Amino acid sequence: MRFFEYESRAIVAKAGIPVTKHGLAKSALEAREIAEEIAGPVVIKSQVLTGGRMKAGGVQFAETPDEAAGHAERVLELEIGGHMPRGVLVDSRAAVKHEYYAGVVWDGIRKLPVMLFSDMGGIDIEEVAEQHPDHVARGHFSTLRPFSDWQAKQLIASLGITGSTLNRLTPVLAKLARLFLQYDMTLAEINPLSELEGGAIVALDAHMDMENEARPRQQALLRELGVGDEETRQAREATPFELAGEEVDAQDHRGVAGNVTEFDGNLGLVIGAGGGSLTLFDAVRAHGGHPANYCEIGGNPSVRKTCGLAKLVLEKPGVERIAVMMSIVSNTRVDIVARGVIKACLELGFDPAEKIAIFRIPGAWEEEGFKILEKYGIDYADRSVSLDEAAKRAVEKIERSSIGQAKPEAEPPHQDAGQDAPRSTP
Amino acid sequence: MILVDENTTFIVQGITGREAVNLTRECLDYGRGAKIVGGVTPGRRGRDVHGVPVFDTVAQAVEDHGAPIDGSVVTVPPAFTKDAVFEALDNAIKLVVIVTERIPRGDVAQMVELARERDARIIGPNCLGIIVPDVIKMGGIGGPARDAAKSYSPGPVGVISRSGGMTTEMSSTLTAAGLGQSTAVSIGGDAIIGSSYAELMPLFEADPQTEAIVIYTEPGGRMEAELARWVTENDSRLPIVAFMAGRFMDEMPGMSFGHAGTIVEGKEDTATEKIARLAEAGIVVAEEISQIPGIVAEKIAARAAAAS
Repeated sequence: MRFFEYESRAIVAKAGIPVTKHGLAKSALEAREIAEEIAGPVVIKSQVLTGGRMKAGGVQFAETPDEAAGHAERVLELEIGGHMPRGVLVDSRAAVKHEYYAGVVWDGIRKLPVMLFSDMGGIDIEEVAEQHPDHVARGHFSTLRPFSDWQAKQLIASLGITGSTLNRLTPVLAKLARLFLQYDMTLAEINPLSELEGGAIVALDAHMDMENEARPRQQALLRELGVGDEETRQAREATPFELAGEEVDAQDHRGVAGNVTEFDGNLGLVIGAGGGSLTLFDAVRAHGGHPANYCEIGGNPSVRKTCGLAKLVLEKPGVERIAVMMSIVSNTRVDIVARGVIKACLELGFDPAEKIAIFRIPGAWEEEGFKILEKYGIDYADRSVSLDEAAKRAVEKIERSSIGQAKPEAEPPHQDAGQDAPRSTP
Repeated sequence: MILVDENTTFIVQGITGREAVNLTRECLDYGRGAKIVGGVTPGRRGRDVHGVPVFDTVAQAVEDHGAPIDGSVVTVPPAFTKDAVFEALDNAIKLVVIVTERIPRGDVAQMVELARERDARIIGPNCLGIIVPDVIKMGGIGGPARDAAKSYSPGPVGVISRSGGMTTEMSSTLTAAGLGQSTAVSIGGDAIIGSSYAELMPLFEADPQTEAIVIYTEPGGRMEAELARWVTENDSRLPIVAFMAGRFMDEMPGMSFGHAGTIVEGKEDTATEKIARLAEAGIVVAEEISQIPGIVAEKIAARAAAAS
């Protein structure tokens, strides 16, 4: 989860890293008050969870409180990359002598955090690394041993920095390394980390991302910052359809029937598990299909939950049919998913044989599952039909019914399972 | 086979949990029957799970066994996983399979660091474990013994997968085509995991049964680039066939699908970029899973022809 700049600043300040005098304003009036208190030139910065603020006009400079209020009024109304700002940061404009970069990220290959430091701050670090690799220093550090100041010192000194600058930068980087681990960050970045005319080192901008998995144990910090549980802080805001999916998944704690993501196609997907969903979504698109949604079933969810998810997808405007598909299951039960999706169709007054384009879930309790599917005349497939083939069949059915032909008869059940139980449609 | 064999002894930490009870049953029933020498749940000493004695501590299990224990399957809640893994490592256990998901990276990094110091190996977290077809399974991989027997069969293919379910899906496809597996490893779907593709390759390389490798991969992270580099730098005898899922995610940066580690954060971790990297290293990337057995058979035949 990403933090706003004003929150990131609060986090670095809490870790003992100096920041310039600033405040968050939600109105022009508040911006004026903060500017008056700063009593000098200020910067007005839009608080949005997206990049490109400067280009979009979300960063403005003001000499007087009046000017600050004027800028704040406009910036507060300015949408950037589809986001409306939460407020504006009113920041004192400091006389900067030099700009540095300091950041910490995870290295998934070395499986250690790595600190990056550059004496070319204020610009994108990836750009610096590409064009001026000799201006970027990198140092991995242990997660078991406490971070020691010399590790920061060595990194900074490796770029040839010495004197009081070295001694002032060292504790700042050490504090950044410690806060990265302490607060379960996946990115902790100060850019620019500025040396002011007087020699002081201050964080002029900060960017922090925290790992979602760590939210439960970082409750104290999140409360302090005023971040509520309902704020997901994902790359894009959840749609009402996606929120409804979360509600379905939260009905009980048995298994997962969620992680619903909305798309605008006509083929509803009730798919799983993690890797299976990714494979199936790709397969539907590769065959020219248009998914109405992405989702993940796994961990053996209840009939009720599966039914809830299927209903949500079936009722989504534009959905013509649903495809129920998973990679071979070992924990989730085939019969339970079958019951769930059939129940959803029936409760909404649909013929399951008509609405379910294909059911392809092999694995645990498949014999029981296939019997139920046969009873309702649903086209199903066992493991001899690949995920790709199943997706293809679903797409073909949708296309047949979408091009204005008469609604096709319920497809005869697939005979792969070799069962001849009598069928009856309700 | 790699990592485990019929003589491997292991414990289950968190054995009295619902999933762990099932997992224990499955492993006892599968193949030649896993040697599960104990289970650990604090406060439950004296009980048994399907005949496996339960202890309060790993040390008690080791003492009861009277010899070092090879491995542990850890299935405790995320907040307690680091402690459980440390306990296993400090009691000289050398192979730890972590099933638990949603463990923060900082904890995982600590476990991995301690494992390195102890000369031990971690598989996972967020994984289903290891299976040597018809011999042993360590973890929930493949499900109940009779289901696992349908999907897995012994043979020449080593399988490494970031998805537990897809390990079984791919192995089942291979089995149906008459290509068995030497060992299949579900390595886990998190951003930091104990053993990556490149870290398992030397083990398969040294295993005479293994003649080819099949991997399942996703966007996110640099593990595929690491494998490509390993293949380029080491003169591997093993052909590798890869399947890449989640290609649609390239258009949706910053959003996580499927697994915690599956997220496009930069240009380098897109599906497109990874496919290019793998291909450059001579790794065949199959468009569909059903194509994999054919490619593998062809590669194995080509190698046999070249050797004769």
